[in-house]
Amino acid sequence: MSATGIGASVKRKEDFRFITGRGNYTDDVNRYGQTHAYFLRSPHAHATIDGIDYAEALKMPGVVAIFTGKDLADDKIGGLICGWSITSKDGSPMKAGAHPALAQGKVRYVGDHVAVIIADTYAQARTAAEHVNVKYGVLPANADTASAMKSAPLHDVASDNRVYDWHLGDKGATEAAFAKAKHITKLDIVNNRLVPNPMEPRAAVGEYEQGTETFCLHTTSQNPHVARLVLSAFIGIAPEHKLRVIAPDVGGGFGSKIFIYAEETVCVWASKKVGRPVKWTSDRTEAFLSDAHGRDHVTHAELAMDANNKIIGLRVHTTANLGAYLSTFSSAVPTYLYAPLLSGQYNIPAIYAEVDGVYTNTAPVDAYRGAGRPEATFVIERLVEVAARELGVDPAVFRQGNYVTQFPHQTPVIFCYDGGDYNASMLKALEMADYKGISARKAASAAKGKLRGIGFSSYIEACGIAPSAAVGSLGAGVGLWESAEVRVNPVGTVEVLTGSHSHGQGHETTFAQLVSGRLGIPIENVSIVHGDTDKVQMGMGTYGSRSGAVGMSAISKALDKIEAKAKKVAGYVLEAAEGDIEFKDGKFTVKGTDKSVDFGSVALQAYVAHKFSGQDLEPGLKEGAFYDPTNFTFPAGVHICEVEIDPDTGVTKIERWTAVDDFGVIINPMIVEGQVHGGIAQGIGQALLEGAIYDKDGQLLTASFMDYAMPRADDLPSYNVGMTETRCPSNPLGIKGCGEAGCIAAPPAVINAITDALGHENIAMPATPQAVWRAAQQTMKKLAAE
Amino acid sequence: MYEFEYHHPGSVENAAKLLSTLPEAKLLAGGHTLLPTMKQRLAAPKHIVDMRSIRELHGIHVKDGHLVIGAMTTHSHVAESALVNSHLPSLAALAAGIGDPHVRRRGTIGGSVANNDPAADYPSAVLALNATIVTNQREIKADAFFTGMFETALKEGEIITHFVFPTGIKGAYAKFPNPASRYAMVGVFVARHGADVRVAVTGAGANGVFRANALEAALKGDFSPKALDGKGVSADDLNTDMHADAAYRAHLITVMAKRAVTAAQ
Ligand SMILES: Cc1cc2nc3c(=O)[nH]c(=O)nc-3n(C[C@H](O)[C@H](O)[C@H](O)COP(=O)(O)OP(=O)(O)OC[C@H]3O[C@@H](n4cnc5c(N)ncnc54)[C@H](O)[C@@H]3O)c2cc1C
Repeated sequence: MSATGIGASVKRKEDFRFITGRGNYTDDVNRYGQTHAYFLRSPHAHATIDGIDYAEALKMPGVVAIFTGKDLADDKIGGLICGWSITSKDGSPMKAGAHPALAQGKVRYVGDHVAVIIADTYAQARTAAEHVNVKYGVLPANADTASAMKSAPLHDVASDNRVYDWHLGDKGATEAAFAKAKHITKLDIVNNRLVPNPMEPRAAVGEYEQGTETFCLHTTSQNPHVARLVLSAFIGIAPEHKLRVIAPDVGGGFGSKIFIYAEETVCVWASKKVGRPVKWTSDRTEAFLSDAHGRDHVTHAELAMDANNKIIGLRVHTTANLGAYLSTFSSAVPTYLYAPLLSGQYNIPAIYAEVDGVYTNTAPVDAYRGAGRPEATFVIERLVEVAARELGVDPAVFRQGNYVTQFPHQTPVIFCYDGGDYNASMLKALEMADYKGISARKAASAAKGKLRGIGFSSYIEACGIAPSAAVGSLGAGVGLWESAEVRVNPVGTVEVLTGSHSHGQGHETTFAQLVSGRLGIPIENVSIVHGDTDKVQMGMGTYGSRSGAVGMSAISKALDKIEAKAKKVAGYVLEAAEGDIEFKDGKFTVKGTDKSVDFGSVALQAYVAHKFSGQDLEPGLKEGAFYDPTNFTFPAGVHICEVEIDPDTGVTKIERWTAVDDFGVIINPMIVEGQVHGGIAQGIGQALLEGAIYDKDGQLLTASFMDYAMPRADDLPSYNVGMTETRCPSNPLGIKGCGEAGCIAAPPAVINAITDALGHENIAMPATPQAVWRAAQQTMKKLAAE
Repeated sequence: MYEFEYHHPGSVENAAKLLSTLPEAKLLAGGHTLLPTMKQRLAAPKHIVDMRSIRELHGIHVKDGHLVIGAMTTHSHVAESALVNSHLPSLAALAAGIGDPHVRRRGTIGGSVANNDPAADYPSAVLALNATIVTNQREIKADAFFTGMFETALKEGEIITHFVFPTGIKGAYAKFPNPASRYAMVGVFVARHGADVRVAVTGAGANGVFRANALEAALKGDFSPKALDGKGVSADDLNTDMHADAAYRAHLITVMAKRAVTAAQ
């Protein structure tokens, strides 16, 4: 292993600029003559717009223009799209209502976009907005799916507000399994709605250059090429070659910056209308109201066991709240990113899942870190824990008895698990967590009047969603490959252009490690270029933990080509046959001799082209590659959470956290551990603290950090992180991905620990002190009676 | 935020003059309540009168056995003050638990008490410790000062200049923070004044900070956590919100009171 190659904990190259305030974020972009946009948003969750009078506002100081949905329609600007088509049980396509960037005749959630006010300053635009007179006809609103399905439609196309009723698996086989079951475990589960809250709020700067008739959009995006594709091909801003999209430094996304939103669409369109750049930066309240939220499922699930405690069947019904409009990938999250994961790490012969996707008067719901997999993992990991308790079996033993052990393993719900060793992670985790000592620790807590519990989460997830042909057959509107271009400069330094996008993941370091190790050059000599459609030709961006498995595989493929070409050049330089050249540690050597030349010299020779004729070999050293994986990757592991509850207050303290993950080959252990830490923090946030609450009129009650509880450092334990490694067989580097595992694994581990401590199962997320205190009262009564 | 005019008088007298002559003028202390509401456009003063450069409002000293704390003294100064730590350690501990380091370096005792946020920490200390609020016009006893949620006995344009706290009081503050805001969801300050005991509760009351008479009576006879067994505050006048209902708050009041008594021993 080289000091900066794969497997080395190289310090993050990008951090110096971030922690010294020298990053370049979208809000740092300021253009000569720029204007500022303020979006007038709906205060109502559901209303007709019976008139917008902005004559007075237009005369306010500094106001440049005011636009409404009518102006977009007049310019033939299309609505926002949902890029994944889901088919209902009866074969009908999902019922997608129109999603205009600025409302047309109706608003459907608090925060919906009614008009944009563009002025010289932000304060002027905001003040002018107070003088826009909108006549609303308020309609009844529904924030939850159960009442929405009984109410008047938000969109005429979906009469009972159901976007689809979809299913997966074999219903007959599953019913048969349940008919012969020895024991059935049943659970009702709510997966709480979350607000993503990246540190950097969304922002956009749209510009139009009259001379060349080109648009440029700076935006906080996880996938600028997809943004360009959608803005061009579907929304109709400009053809792709006339639209440049740049996502510079981006301060976190967690999924919420995958999507193409109204604000950037309007900013780039309006920049041509007003002839000046148009800038918008979300404030935190707008972020709460209008960033796509995550999760929000209501589920009933049942697990069937035979007499030997083997799982023989699983059936699940989930109602997914999709919000008021279908966001970019929203339809896929509770379907194809959810139900295929329900098999967990277990050998379950029959599974049947039904999912209803429902419109409500709430912010759109879409992928949020984990996207479907945390919801699925919560269902199966709660079920197996409860089943084990009901059967009187140790939950670890119950899991071990049902693990998939033979690979490849075809589940009844699409996936073919390509490899892993689940029990290895379990054994290591039991050891690290001192599972043997739990009874003694429980007794010690009891002696202090506290309740201690332990909970497992034996999760599997699917990353690097692919191959393109397969996802296309399931309804995806895009392919899920990745591109890379490796440009070797004449002095032997290297620029890597990647379609992946880093918004905190550390690609500038990990991708450079791959190149440094492979070409035997110092890591300082490698720079990673991403996030600009004028530099990188095409790419699919970063989400779903795909950048390692897919993005780096594309780089690896391009490096193969670089090496092949460089060997040809070296052959000319060393006057040897190409087949006799070996490349190792940055040196080209003629096999069996001491004749060699280093990488930098070969790069120079490739460009001066003195040693070969252009007829025999093209000058230059630059190669590109597209990589389409053969399968998803399947990271898996075991997390064990140990809590201590104060029954007097209901406060849950996480005393120990053990994480053992199999991410396949690891590029940078330090960065991976950081990803695990952050993921667990988010998962603990969901389990104990976070929850977006709408009131019955569709007002978001948790619209600021005063009421929406984010996890803080002192809410979190010190993590005990370990690894096991089985190589991923489905990509050349053996990488599985690690970006989401923590937040997928954590919530059921926490809730399983709390319910273990309480001795009963009725606790919902977030398990706030109040909820835990109430539940603990029953426990204390029972203990007193014993 | 709307446009406003900024003033920074050098004396309380000048500040009072500005307040009485300028229309829609507002005092600015640490700004940690006022500025966020202005940014959200919930408050729109035309004039801001910043007290930062009024020297007489800053600082802590002991006079006639009393601790005198200037209105513009920040939470971190109170928390770290050697005088407060030796004469009223319970007050220093309370200040150290307000918000986060940024908030503590800007927020002031005067601003917090004048604002009387129903979830703020300081009002419970002022009430339980039986402090005197001194303004540019008069002295106000704590029992007469807090008149309701965000409401006080302060008159239009009246400026708190300092607080006078009795010293040598055994007391402690036990705070149950709101999981989101970390303001008090329930905060109980217990103080033993010789034979008398005062218990002030913040975060829970529908009308802001209040004294818990039943707890005071129980503790007068026996200043021990056991004395509070079975004692409590009725849930009727307590807050219910998405974080905690009145019954849970009522329960927490007794739990926090016991913890405060234990800490005050
Ligand atoms: C993130 C955050 C977390 C916080 N957490 C907590 C917490 O845990 N506990 C807690 O108790 N508080 C908390 N606070 C509030 C903070 O501690 C301040 O005490 C509070 O904001 C008021 O003090 P200030 O100096 O900032 O007053 P300002 O915001 O400047 O003023 C507040 C009000 O009081 C008036 N005023 C100020 N000084 C005087 C005076 N001398 N005479 C008359 N009127 C005056 C002003 O005109 C204004 O109306 C938090 C604040 C923030 C922003």
